[in-house]
Amino acid sequence: MSETRNLIIVGSGPAGYTAAIYAARAGLEPLVIAGSVTAGGALMNTTEVENFPGFVEGIQGPELMETLQGQAERFGADIQFDDATELSLEGPVKTVKTGLGKEYSAKAVILATGSAYRELGLDDEKRLSGKGVSWCATCDGFFFRDQDVVVIGGGDSAMEEATFLTRFASKVTVIHRRDELRASKIMADRAKNDPKIEFVWNAEVTGLDGDDKLTAVNVRDRVTGVESSVPATGMFVAIGHVPRSELVTGVVDTDAEGYVQVQGRTTATNVDGVFACGDLVDNRYRQAITAAGSGCAAALDAQHFLDTLADVELAEVSA
Amino acid sequence: MTDAVHAAPVAATEDTFQAEVIDSPIPVVVDFWAAWCGPCRAVAPVLDELAADYAGRVKVVKVDTDAHPNVAMVYGVTSIPTLTFFNGGEVVKSVVGAKPKPTLAALFDEAIA
Ligand SMILES: Cc1cc2nc3c(=O)[nH]c(=O)nc-3n(C[C@H](O)[C@H](O)[C@H](O)COP(=O)(O)OP(=O)(O)OC[C@H]3O[C@@H](n4cnc5c(N)ncnc54)[C@H](O)[C@@H]3O)c2cc1C
Repeated sequence: MSETRNLIIVGSGPAGYTAAIYAARAGLEPLVIAGSVTAGGALMNTTEVENFPGFVEGIQGPELMETLQGQAERFGADIQFDDATELSLEGPVKTVKTGLGKEYSAKAVILATGSAYRELGLDDEKRLSGKGVSWCATCDGFFFRDQDVVVIGGGDSAMEEATFLTRFASKVTVIHRRDELRASKIMADRAKNDPKIEFVWNAEVTGLDGDDKLTAVNVRDRVTGVESSVPATGMFVAIGHVPRSELVTGVVDTDAEGYVQVQGRTTATNVDGVFACGDLVDNRYRQAITAAGSGCAAALDAQHFLDTLADVELAEVSA
Repeated sequence: MTDAVHAAPVAATEDTFQAEVIDSPIPVVVDFWAAWCGPCRAVAPVLDELAADYAGRVKVVKVDTDAHPNVAMVYGVTSIPTLTFFNGGEVVKSVVGAKPKPTLAALFDEAIA
């Protein structure tokens, strides 16, 4: 095992990379465990980001993340494209084991592992995954040219996916559990005014048809109880996210939904020297800029923690 | 068809798929990808490494689904990246989505077991 570093940051979305920029610039020489195939985080799977401040004409998600990575590297962050598989966080020396068999240690850790797609939880969903069921419209929309598809969900991502899919599909049906959208007005209006998009309200998905390929999505009306079937060869699930806290549950306090709990307006968790930021802690705002903001806060909190630690060590040495 | 040992992924087209994949004497992993697909870009370096690690034992073939949609259609690909494992011209297994190297290495081992 190598020497004990100051700081390890787990995650390389807007939160992780912003924490890395601040920590590196403060001379903490942070190690970033970026993830192997998920490096860059959620924005790697989207196209235009229109609301990240600083880009008048918007910016492509992957391009934004490359820029953040470059900025962190410029200040000397050590970025490893590897997955954390085991974290040991209690005590003064924290260790992180990785998928490539490495083990790193540090005095402080920032958790920024974001969130994963929420699944509907139907048996058929896994069976038909890659056979019509998809979580990434920008990746897979192309395969549904001139076909009927459905989008499940009523938030911004669902509206974005529905609007994007009209480029390829002949018809896009949005299936939503409520009778109104949770999406922002601009996204909702864009979808509602699109002649290719239809809505099925108050509908719950009960099952999927298709042997080796999706053919229809079965729904039940949550008000009337009436069951019906929407023919579709593609289903895009956009019903939100679940925090990726599974590596730390039981050690770091989480709420009932799995979000890591932090103290007040800080990023401090219940474990000394362990901080958390971004979508991992936030089930309210979940934006790139709020994730970046809390990544900044985490780096400053970690820096303060390390400074205090150094003062204590100094006091012990001179005592 | 060539019996060259490939230490890097080979690109196949609609026209060369038969020779590169179906007629291959060793197991083949086909990476169905496209330039616009983030997870495809993310998993590409992992496949480069695996192609080198398994040179002569497993061949890695890349099919650009944008340029060759018919090949993707024949194999029912609707999500990318999809990695489809072939042995003796037959589909043995398919995995959807970008997976970390240790996970894929285990599947490569399975393919030559
Ligand atoms: C399709 C889509 C479109 C969006 N569009 C916008 C938009 O236009 N504007 C906006 O403001 N927001 C948008 N968002 C939301 C935004 O992407 C998120 O709020 C933001 O990315 C959260 O940042 P994060 O750093 O907390 O987490 P993420 O971006 O999710 O990053 C998580 C990081 O953790 C890493 N990780 C996870 N587990 C491990 C592990 N075990 N080991 C190592 N690393 C690990 C991953 O590799 C990744 O780097 C969009 C989201 C989606 C899904």
